[in-house]
Amino acid sequence: MKLAVLGVGSVGKAVAQLSREYGHSVVALADSKSAIVDPKGVKVDDVLEQKSNRMPLGDASLEDIFNSDYEVLIEATPTTLESAEPAFSNIKAALESDRHVVLANKGPVAERFEELQSIADGSKGTLRFEATVGGSIPILSTIEDVGPRNITSVRGILNGTSNFILTRMAAKNLSYSHVLSEAQELGVAEADPTFDVGGIDTALKCVILSNVLSGGGFCLSDANVEGIQHISNYALNLADKSGLTIRLIGEATREGVNVAPMLVPKTGDLAVEGTQNIVQVTTEHGGVLNLAGAGAGGGPTASAIFLDIQRLIV
Amino acid sequence: MGNKLRNSPRAYVVRLELADRPGELLRVLEPIASSGGNLLSIFHERGDITPRGKIPVEIDLECSQEQFESILSSYVDLDIQVTQSGEELYRGELVVLLIGDAIANDLSSVIASIDASGSVAVIESSVNRSSESPAEASSILRLAIKEGNQLQAVDSVKSIVSKYDLHFMTTTDHEVSQ
Repeated sequence: MKLAVLGVGSVGKAVAQLSREYGHSVVALADSKSAIVDPKGVKVDDVLEQKSNRMPLGDASLEDIFNSDYEVLIEATPTTLESAEPAFSNIKAALESDRHVVLANKGPVAERFEELQSIADGSKGTLRFEATVGGSIPILSTIEDVGPRNITSVRGILNGTSNFILTRMAAKNLSYSHVLSEAQELGVAEADPTFDVGGIDTALKCVILSNVLSGGGFCLSDANVEGIQHISNYALNLADKSGLTIRLIGEATREGVNVAPMLVPKTGDLAVEGTQNIVQVTTEHGGVLNLAGAGAGGGPTASAIFLDIQRLIV
Repeated sequence: MGNKLRNSPRAYVVRLELADRPGELLRVLEPIASSGGNLLSIFHERGDITPRGKIPVEIDLECSQEQFESILSSYVDLDIQVTQSGEELYRGELVVLLIGDAIANDLSSVIASIDASGSVAVIESSVNRSSESPAEASSILRLAIKEGNQLQAVDSVKSIVSKYDLHFMTTTDHEVSQ
């Protein structure tokens, strides 16, 4: 497939670098300031080298990209809330010209799901967004295969940063603020960690899951969200003595979204460690499915994008 | 219908106080065994001796109402002190973790408020706190549900502890099964 990649952060970059390995070519690439279009295939390594030297990717415009002969738009610009722009307009432009769209950006499917669905319904292109929930874990594909109607709830740990912090606080009896600053130094947490530790990232993913389960109707403002900022190592210690630990759990059902720290058995399925994610899908007749893996990062998220592209071909 | 209810097995909880001497626990279990009741669990709080030097014991069992009444009357005959009227149905347990100042300053009043709700009873509590950071003080409570289902009990406890500005957390196990 011929890919147009919007966004050259860790995810967009990994998609561009790995595209050949997966049998695809990048015909257009854009970051927030510049763009390049090459119908014969963008020389990804050269262009990324230019970017690392703070030079523009090329002299094309976003309009040139939409006029090029790409087959799949990869939307990997940073997640924005509410209007979810500019991603929403990018997706709209691609679908309206009957191209496929694969998202890594959570904003549009969390905040404007129904609008997107109706645009996709009128397009010959298909909209897919596996990479928006749980990184490499094929959670949306699993829901698609099982059938949303056969699923009663989806819950789990969908934020590696919070999980890293809780795991390390418990293991080493360290305070929240100490481990947060470690995580920031390691690049596991952002300078402003609120999006992760405040539960917003988890909530966005759960809103997407609730939208998928019920065919839309939810956005971030519908979610009940509580973060991990108030969790003390006193609390973790105490939980430990009862054979429990604390995890930030997101739950998505057709009724809505709840995100809050919860007690889980220390040796249970939900007690994944470090930046790992886990999702439990409760089915009507098939029991509970546990899916775990790397929930973030360039490579893992790109692998979910390639999974989506593969499903467009099959 | 009345008879059916009387004879169908249900879960009960009995709380007793035993003298601290060998053979006491066996004496308590004997009436359960001879009545044909099904013992579910025994919680023997040796570390929590009452002011009168007795050891609190909590017994979960399953039996018919008729059997339960016969067990209780055996305890009267044997002069075993039953502290909690066992008439209430035992509907399961809830574990909650609370974090905040009130744990450091006012735990007994928090526990009293929870007990006073009537929907749950505090079976066990443990606390972890330091004088340096009272806001981080934490407590885990094991609660017996006396009224309603687990979700209702969660809501009830949540609303009580919110008055004390406490952060509330519970286990995941009941969420999906409801």
